[in-house]
Amino acid sequence: MTENFEKEPVDTPATGSPEAEVPATPATADTAPTSAAPAVAAAPAAAPYEPIRAIPVRHYGRWISAVIVVALLAALAYGFSQGDIIWGTVGDKLFDKTIVQGAWHTILISVCAMLMGVVLGLVLAVMRLSNNPVTSSVAWLYIWFFRGTPVYVQLLMWFNLSLIFPVINLMPLYKNNTVAIMTPFVAALLGLGLNEGAYMAEIVRAGIQSVDLGQTEAAHALGMTGSRTMRRIVMPQAMRLIVPPTGNEFINMLKTSSLVSVVQYTELLRAASNIGSDTTAIMEMYFVACIWYLAITSVFSVGQYYMERYYARGSQRSLPPTPWQKVRANLTTVRRPKVA
Amino acid sequence: MSATNAKSAQPMVKAEAVHKSFGLAHILKGIDLEVAPREVFCLIGPSGSGKSTFLRCINHLEKINSGRLWVDGELVGYRQRGDRLYELKDREVAAKRRDIGMVFQRFNLFPHMTALENVMEAPVQVKRESKAVARERAAKLLDRVGLADKAEHYPAQLSGGQQQRVAIARALAMEPKLMLFDEPTSALDPELVGDVLDVMRGLAEDGMTMVVVTHEMGFAREVGDALVFMDDGVVVESGHPRDVLTNPRHDRTKAFLSKVL
Repeated sequence: MTENFEKEPVDTPATGSPEAEVPATPATADTAPTSAAPAVAAAPAAAPYEPIRAIPVRHYGRWISAVIVVALLAALAYGFSQGDIIWGTVGDKLFDKTIVQGAWHTILISVCAMLMGVVLGLVLAVMRLSNNPVTSSVAWLYIWFFRGTPVYVQLLMWFNLSLIFPVINLMPLYKNNTVAIMTPFVAALLGLGLNEGAYMAEIVRAGIQSVDLGQTEAAHALGMTGSRTMRRIVMPQAMRLIVPPTGNEFINMLKTSSLVSVVQYTELLRAASNIGSDTTAIMEMYFVACIWYLAITSVFSVGQYYMERYYARGSQRSLPPTPWQKVRANLTTVRRPKVA
Repeated sequence: MSATNAKSAQPMVKAEAVHKSFGLAHILKGIDLEVAPREVFCLIGPSGSGKSTFLRCINHLEKINSGRLWVDGELVGYRQRGDRLYELKDREVAAKRRDIGMVFQRFNLFPHMTALENVMEAPVQVKRESKAVARERAAKLLDRVGLADKAEHYPAQLSGGQQQRVAIARALAMEPKLMLFDEPTSALDPELVGDVLDVMRGLAEDGMTMVVVTHEMGFAREVGDALVFMDDGVVVESGHPRDVLTNPRHDRTKAFLSKVL
């Protein structure tokens, strides 16, 4: 991606030269994306033209596949309508106090674990890339262990830590029984956060390595130190590659957090299944959980979109419009007849 | 020359038997040269001759393996106490680079910053200038390279020639006493080369000391005060550009010039 980006300006000097700057092509392209292109190309000879009139190709295959898909969907809907589902319960329990609190706990543990993962990932990535063989191998070992074992097992191990270390003793600083420290929240946070750190480390490392070496050299030549170069020049560019997979990681985290019910932390799934086993509306409560998970992941996906857009600045000639801007543009543009 | 002039007569760059290897590849094989203050010093030669490597040694982007290299009387990359050399710390190396501007073949503008921000970055971050002061001076520098109207453009929105001129402004923002140019026009379309050379010519007229690795023989002849032809890691021939370019003495120089002129 970077390479492509570096080449672009060299390839298109014509657009930058003073003579070529007169036609404001972007503006016209925005308002009429479909029909503007031929018109611009033919701009010098602005003669009126006769649009081609032809009978369009009939896509029979598309019609058939559409019918099949709709039929299957209808069958699915029918199947659900015949199932022994009390839909009323889904609606009643959707905003149940326990459920809402469970959803809040899911968000809380996911955000905390993700923050821990990002910070750890940054540190581990820098360690991994350092010239010091000790720090880089320690980082490698960490990633090897935490990526190589299931997060479920890691959660259980944190939760049961007191079996092998009954007391946690940081000699001069702190001493307490492990059971007292290792609350469900702490176990969940350590299990999810430390695991996430390993994945984030690899994402951050890939991002840093994607930045052209010439950027570092240019910063050094200006008298910037190594750490300032990393902070001001390399990281902001690496972010463009780091943000999208991090968004995916976070959405994964929201879902993986359902595993922490195993360490007695009452998040969304546990809250839902608790009610389910009390009221025998088991499947209904899973539906409730699914609705909440979908709602939460959807909201965060929107946030991810805007964050990606922010870090893409400078990488494209002009940023793509946001969905909201598209809607506004469509509302204000006069509908023009389609040219076949 | 009188004793008071001794200081100003000190060479801006001085190299003594500089060697540089990358693994087994011996790139620089004993370079000796001097660049006087206010001089435009051109380095020419075939690719792989080591001219870019030598340029990068001057601001310590590459470490030399042997010999001595001074910029403005100070050793590059080391401190000498008695007979011993002490390697400089990262921060000390960085501090010395502030006074040496560098322009790269591939511009290396920071793509996430506008042209103005590119020029402001080092004064604000390295010299701790206030943003207002830096912005004002950056705007002036952009005006000087003919790009006042492009201040808010990102590098991707600029042509190659415009990017290179921003890169020159960025280097000038640190008010360097020496400017290094590493084939500044080699990545440009022919019609854009002139704008960049004009800016460099202006700098030379203002008395900037410049070391220029270039394939632009016309520029070397017109603007250059001294010229060195390098081949295979050694200085083959040096002298005034007009003499070397029109009356090369060495066969290797003649062969090279017959191909590029």
